[in-house]
Amino acid sequence: MSARDEVLARIRAAARTGAGKAGTASSPAAPSPGPRYRTRSELAGPQLLELLASRLTDYRALVHFASAATLADEIGAALQRRQARRIVVPPALRLPLPSFVTAISDTRPFLSPAGLAAVDGVVTRAAVAIAETGTIVLDGSPGQGRRAISLVPDYHLCVVDAGQVVHLVPEAVARLSAGRPLTWISGPSATSDIELERVEGVHGPRTLEVVLVSG
Amino acid sequence: MTTFLGLPGRPGRPGSRQSPSEPPHAPRGVGHLRAADPFPVAARRALADAQLRRNLSKATTTIRAKRAAVVSELPDWEELRAAGEAIKAATMADLDRYLGQLEVAVTARGGTVHWARDAIEAGNIVTALVQAAGATEVVKVKSLATDEIGLNDALAAAGIAAYETDLAELIVQLGHDRPSHILVPAIHRNRSEIRDIFLREMGDVSPDLTDDPAALAEAARQHLRRKFLSATVGISGANFGVAETGTLCVVESEGNGRMCVTLPQTLITVMGIEKVIPSWADLGVFLQLLPRSSTGERMNPYTSMWTGVTPGDGPQSVHLVLLDNGRTAALADPVGRAALHCIRCSACLNVCPVYERTGGHAYGSVYPGPIGAVLSPQLTGIEDNASLPYASSLCGACYDVCPVKINIPELLVHLRARHVEEARRTHRLPSAEAITMAAASYLLADPGRLAAAQSASRSGRLLGRRGKITALPPPLAAWTRARDAPVPPPQTFRQWWHSQHGDDRGGPAPGDRSDRSDRSDQ
Repeated sequence: MSARDEVLARIRAAARTGAGKAGTASSPAAPSPGPRYRTRSELAGPQLLELLASRLTDYRALVHFASAATLADEIGAALQRRQARRIVVPPALRLPLPSFVTAISDTRPFLSPAGLAAVDGVVTRAAVAIAETGTIVLDGSPGQGRRAISLVPDYHLCVVDAGQVVHLVPEAVARLSAGRPLTWISGPSATSDIELERVEGVHGPRTLEVVLVSG
Repeated sequence: MTTFLGLPGRPGRPGSRQSPSEPPHAPRGVGHLRAADPFPVAARRALADAQLRRNLSKATTTIRAKRAAVVSELPDWEELRAAGEAIKAATMADLDRYLGQLEVAVTARGGTVHWARDAIEAGNIVTALVQAAGATEVVKVKSLATDEIGLNDALAAAGIAAYETDLAELIVQLGHDRPSHILVPAIHRNRSEIRDIFLREMGDVSPDLTDDPAALAEAARQHLRRKFLSATVGISGANFGVAETGTLCVVESEGNGRMCVTLPQTLITVMGIEKVIPSWADLGVFLQLLPRSSTGERMNPYTSMWTGVTPGDGPQSVHLVLLDNGRTAALADPVGRAALHCIRCSACLNVCPVYERTGGHAYGSVYPGPIGAVLSPQLTGIEDNASLPYASSLCGACYDVCPVKINIPELLVHLRARHVEEARRTHRLPSAEAITMAAASYLLADPGRLAAAQSASRSGRLLGRRGKITALPPPLAAWTRARDAPVPPPQTFRQWWHSQHGDDRGGPAPGDRSDRSDRSDQ
């Protein structure tokens, strides 16, 4: 018998002797009453953005607000503060970049990991942001790119549109597509492995800067 | 709380030891599930280490406060716990179906699924995959499953070097040590001990390295950077595997997990069969429960999810090894199977008064603390970890914090009962405990016998020093191996009563129910 068949046979045998106290294995599925935990936002508009900003800041991300009119200035100012000159960008980023940066588009042939380690930073968009947890999710769509480009460079500037912000984790899960490679990011790389003291900056980008765009 | 702490009931399943029809346990001689010493011996050793106790006390106190703060932020925490419990119970009830779904979904997306009956088979599968990829080095993200099966040993035997990349796992690996906590495996080490290990073992580190945690993290970053950028094979565990979509999920903090699951061309994930969850939406529950319970954060810094192969992004050769290694044996116990619901958050370790004092090494398994005390014996068979279900005061703190509401105290009592039942079936001579219980039953049945025994107990004063007896003679020696016994008082209660009230055995004072001791119908 193959390992697969044997493990499955063991599970079926275990189900016969170990069927839970309620005998759930054999009983037909009960009609689901729907989740009792929160699945719909209680916040909207500016409150949502304020919550996201404060939760991101809690975990040492740098946060700025922008409108469509001031977006170019905010991005330029952030890259200037960082003194970033060579940055990698995903295809179809469609963001206004200052003239002092050299933007390397991540198209085939892709930069090697070592090549990515040599740039000053990366600029991406996002798929979804979760206000309650201060989380930004990238799903590899155009404007976000391969997972490696937001991982290896030491600086990540991420532009999030107000319409991408949800309040709760279940709302984000509902918006996301399982078929895409997902990276959930909550602040810069960190560790609590030494005496449970949180230290920012281990292997991922040590600086995460977020621009929230509304209007 | 409705913790069941009653007397041991009937055993969960009939038949002595393991009959051929029951699923086998994790094999001996491989992996890290069995202790070299029983818990009381190892605990005594740990308790003598004052530095260890200081480190543990500081760390567990910190993490308890962090967890409590972020849990109290959520108005629906109890509803999330209930949902987590229900999802896990439903998964176990239909585990074969969900694993089949997962296999189909992963395969449809270009991944390859392998099945491993036990640790040895899993080690062989992974070794063959690494060799097929032509690699002699692999980078690993912290994974309890691979530690459980001793994967690094199996790879080393085949000439393959496995580099642990999680900071705490790196500390453990460089220190030639064992993990002592599910979440923070180096919790038993303080910052200056870690600095000393880095200075001694890293080779490429500045001798001026301080014990500032930020400096230590920087040293780890530099040490591993080249490994990440050149690695061709990554090995991970999985926090969740979604049956509906074939998505695998790794939850982490440092970015080493992202490195391991993104940069190499080949990715091998070893996942216990109990880690499957039915649907995509279930992630909305567990990604709230897990980070708040484990690191005490609203969300961990990084979570990676991948579904088979994504052309042009990440590993192009993706493997999933589904591991049994005793899990089906736990599944066969209708009470014990709840231990398989565990999502490895470690909240139960951090609140456990026993864990806080002994640390994780005393449990002798990669799964320490309260959850380890109920999981390890089920994976190995109780006889191989017989002392673990007793390594608890049954205070119930673990149940209160468990994000999927595993009733650990109930499981501990259940496993104690199974241990006693199995010992009774397999040993011809009755145990000291059985003899003691029979003796107690004889004495308590008759007030005269009890009085005589109480009077005789005063001879125990001869054994004591400063109010304690540290070693009783056989058959009571087992009691004092793990605890001191108080010296009996100079008088028994009955003698004191006589001295105060003369020989008056007449009617008891109002409200005095001592007459019950005169009942002889017990």
